Amino acid sequence: MKILAFDSSGLVASVAVLEEERMIAEYTVNYKKTHSQTLLPMLDEVVKMTELDLNEIDAIAVAAGPGSFTGLRIGSATAKGLGLALDKPLVSVPTLEGIAFNYYGCEDVICPMMDARRKQVYTGLYTFKDGSMQILKDQTACPVEEILAECNALGRKVIFLGDGVPVYRSIIEEKMQVSYTFAPAHMSRQRAGAVGMRAFDYMREDRIETAAQHAPVYLRKSQAERELLAKGKSLE
Amino acid sequence: MEQTEKDVLILAIETSCDETAAAVVKNGREILSNVIYTQIKLHTVFGGVVPEIASRKHIEKINPVIEAALSEAGVTLADIDAVAVTYGPGLVGALLVGVAEAKAIAYAAGKPLIGVHHIEGHISANYIEHRELEPPFLCMVASGGHSHLVLVKDYGEYEIVGRTRDDAAGEAFDKVARAIGLGYPGGPKIDKLAKEGDKNAISFPRAKIADAPDDFSFSGLKSAVLNYLNQCEMKGIEVNKADVAASFQQSVIDVLTEHTAAAAKRLGIKKVAIAGGVASNSSLRTQMEKVCEKNHLTFYHPSPVYCTDNAAMIGVAGYYEYRKGVRDGWDLNAVPNLKIGERKKA
Repeated sequence: MKILAFDSSGLVASVAVLEEERMIAEYTVNYKKTHSQTLLPMLDEVVKMTELDLNEIDAIAVAAGPGSFTGLRIGSATAKGLGLALDKPLVSVPTLEGIAFNYYGCEDVICPMMDARRKQVYTGLYTFKDGSMQILKDQTACPVEEILAECNALGRKVIFLGDGVPVYRSIIEEKMQVSYTFAPAHMSRQRAGAVGMRAFDYMREDRIETAAQHAPVYLRKSQAERELLAKGKSLE
Repeated sequence: MEQTEKDVLILAIETSCDETAAAVVKNGREILSNVIYTQIKLHTVFGGVVPEIASRKHIEKINPVIEAALSEAGVTLADIDAVAVTYGPGLVGALLVGVAEAKAIAYAAGKPLIGVHHIEGHISANYIEHRELEPPFLCMVASGGHSHLVLVKDYGEYEIVGRTRDDAAGEAFDKVARAIGLGYPGGPKIDKLAKEGDKNAISFPRAKIADAPDDFSFSGLKSAVLNYLNQCEMKGIEVNKADVAASFQQSVIDVLTEHTAAAAKRLGIKKVAIAGGVASNSSLRTQMEKVCEKNHLTFYHPSPVYCTDNAAMIGVAGYYEYRKGVRDGWDLNAVPNLKIGERKKA
């Protein structure tokens, strides 16, 4: 079983090719260039370097959101185009589960957070038990104070990671009452390798979709739609 | 399908605004399929296109639209020679969906990738139903976002002769339509209502730019219409909306047709074409035909379905780029403010 995985949900662009027992390649860049310019050249590099025949891929995994709306769509459209041309299924991996998977096997509380602007974070709470991921709180958009209160209520050690950490570090330090740590740089951001490994879990549960079915999960309506709903109207 | 060795098939993708479209074009002139999913209804409630909503709809619809284009053409990706995609101008989030999808398809299928300029696509729509049309010709491009008078010197070689100084023609249609309560999209609604009105009922201005005879301006006209409506309201006069629509539309048409004819004469060009959403306006087509006849110009225009946004036109423009040897890299990006003729010569 071979998976091609992408994550372009945030500032990081990442491509990986994995088998269950072996990660063949992972290419991760955390730099300002736009994903539209980087993601496919990165795949091309991986394909050339590992002499990969794309037809040997069994599924294409993508960090399906939440995240930057545009970044998510670049990843999704890339996965959908590859799925269409190669006739392969897609696996939508929730972005926060992908980030938390950096801490595979850890039995503390794992709290990934992404800066969602408007004073909110995209976040969730995860842990591992007997080698399998447990979702303590499914991914959501909420004020950082809210997730910190939930962490305190659990009364267990917490690991914070994600691009929301540098933004909200001082609030975390101020509000946390239980012991916590911040993830080191190599484990604290999106990685396609982690997305791909989480995708194997999904495939075992047959949670796959066609390239046509796949769409990102934004966890947020567009601003125009929010304003419309505020006026008591709806879109469709 | 029957295909000789020399036939070139282009798969084209267009997502620059609120249409998700894909087409298969044979040899740059024959449309094997032209699939368009229009989002107009989704944006009507907002009175215009909302970029984020358009982008979200594109990603939902793009695979079914492409698959339909291939199956209606009776081909598979293996039969395709190149993938062409609109990479600008347009809404950046919307463009990125098509660009990322096209790149992935071309990459996985081992096909060349060709980025196409949206307006050059509109102009190229004229090749579809006029097999005899070849450059050079002069093209009036008028749509919601663009008003340009373009000299097509050769396939893929464009020179802007005139441009709007402010509002695009289609933008003026949308704004006036909103002011008289017709809603979005304004162009087709004004075209329809104008048929019931008197085009000479109200005298609206026809702007000329002193130092640039080929340029035009529609912002003064739009203001004149709004002033007229305000004055009627203040004086308690009931507005005849059909007359407003007809008189406004006539002013736009006079400006577009007269500028085109004058530029053709000055440049010594004998062939004139129109393109873009506004080119589907029935009165504009009729009058342009008359003006061209009077000035001994041959007039070309695409059917309405090829005037509004579609991927067939992108496939046609893409074919001529393909013939010239244009190939884009996997780092092709969306360029929301891409200029006509900006692409470096291949």
